[in-house]
Amino acid sequence: MVQLTLPRKSRPVPGRTWPKPEGAKRIKEFRIYRYDPDAGDNPRIDTYFVDLDACGPMVLNALLWIKDNIDSTLTFRRSCREGICGSCAMNIDGENTLACIKPIDEIRGAVKVYPLPHMQVIKDLVPDLTLFYAQHRLIEPWLKTDTPEPDREWLQSREDRARLDGLYECILCACCSTSCPSYWWNADRYLGPAALLQAWRWISDSRDEATGERLDALDDPFRLYRCHTILNCARVCPKGLNPARAIAMIKKTLAERTL
Amino acid sequence: MSDHDPRQNRPLSPHLQIWKPNLTMAMSILHRITGAALYFAMVLAAWWLVALASGPDYFAFVDGIFRSWFGLIVLFGASYALFHHAMGGIRHLVWDTGRAFAIPAAEHMAIMSLILAVAFTVILWLAGFVAS
Repeated sequence: MVQLTLPRKSRPVPGRTWPKPEGAKRIKEFRIYRYDPDAGDNPRIDTYFVDLDACGPMVLNALLWIKDNIDSTLTFRRSCREGICGSCAMNIDGENTLACIKPIDEIRGAVKVYPLPHMQVIKDLVPDLTLFYAQHRLIEPWLKTDTPEPDREWLQSREDRARLDGLYECILCACCSTSCPSYWWNADRYLGPAALLQAWRWISDSRDEATGERLDALDDPFRLYRCHTILNCARVCPKGLNPARAIAMIKKTLAERTL
Repeated sequence: MSDHDPRQNRPLSPHLQIWKPNLTMAMSILHRITGAALYFAMVLAAWWLVALASGPDYFAFVDGIFRSWFGLIVLFGASYALFHHAMGGIRHLVWDTGRAFAIPAAEHMAIMSLILAVAFTVILWLAGFVAS
C-alpha cells in the first residue's frame, strides 16, 4: 500500500547534539538516525562532529571514529570496509550506498545518515533484511539441471560466460531494492530489483536447465511487473550494475516466449 | 523484563522524506499523473461529442464552456498531458526493447520527451488559433 508519510511512532524527533572534538581544525557535521529498541521511543536524529584530520576518508571511517571516540552505542553493520561484503549499506546524503566506499568530501554540508529506506529498523542503522533474503530465496539462486552431473565442472563457452557479466557481481547489499518506490509500496508482493537481477542471472546461465520454470514463477502482475522504470536501482548500485535492465530483459524474454 | 517487545514496535525507516529527488523518478510520477489526468480529459472529450450529437443548442452551451478562458486552460493542460504521456509511452517502448537503461541515456530520453511534449503542445495551439 502506498503510504507517503511515516507512521506516527516512526517519525524521527530531534536528538542530542554531541560536543565538538577539542583542538580539531577540520570538522564535519554528521546527523545520524538513532533508534533504541529497548527504550521504545521515537527514532531521533543525533548530531556529531568529526575531526576529519583524525579519521579516514570514507563515511564508514567517520562512523567508526564516532563509535570509538564519542558514542560507543552507535550501531551499524560493517565487515570488509572495501565494498565487497555489502554490510554497511545505508542511506547517505539522500541516496543508498555503501558507507565504506562513499567519500566524505563528496558530500556538501552536514552528512545525513539514515538506515536503508522503508525498512523495519532493528536498531540505529541496522534494518531487518529477513524479507529481502526470503525474496532472494524465492528465485532459487542455484544451478538447476536434469542432465546427470559431469565428472568435472559444467563447462561454458566464453560467450556464454560473458552473458553473466554485470549480473554475478551483485553482493546483496539491498541498496537497490530499498531505493525503489515500487518496492517501498509493494514489498510484500513485488520481488524488487535485487532478487529480479539474480533471477535474470540464472535465466541467462547457459548451464541452467530450468529456464521455463523460472520464467513461469516470475510471470505475475506483482512479482515482476511492479517495475515502472524509475531507475533508482541503477543509480544507487555500488557495484555499477543495472537491475532495471535485467528486469526489462525478463519482461522481454517472457513476451518473446508467447510469440 | 518489561512487557515491551522491541520486535513488535520496530519503526519504519524514512523513505520519500529523505530521498534526493532525481529526473527519472520525477518522470515516472509525472507519467502516472498525466495518465490519470487523461481519464478526466476523456470524459471532457466524450461530453463534447455527446453535445455534438444532441443538437445545436446544447452544443453551443458546451462549446461555450470549452471556449471560456477557464475551459481553454483546462484543455491546454489536457493537451500537454496527452503529449507528455505519449512521449512517455515512446520512452517505455524503447525500454521494452532492453535499450537506454544507463542513467545518462535514460536522462537524455527524459529531457528529449519533455522538449517534444512542450513543442507539440505549442504547435497544436498555434495551429488551432491560426485555423480559427
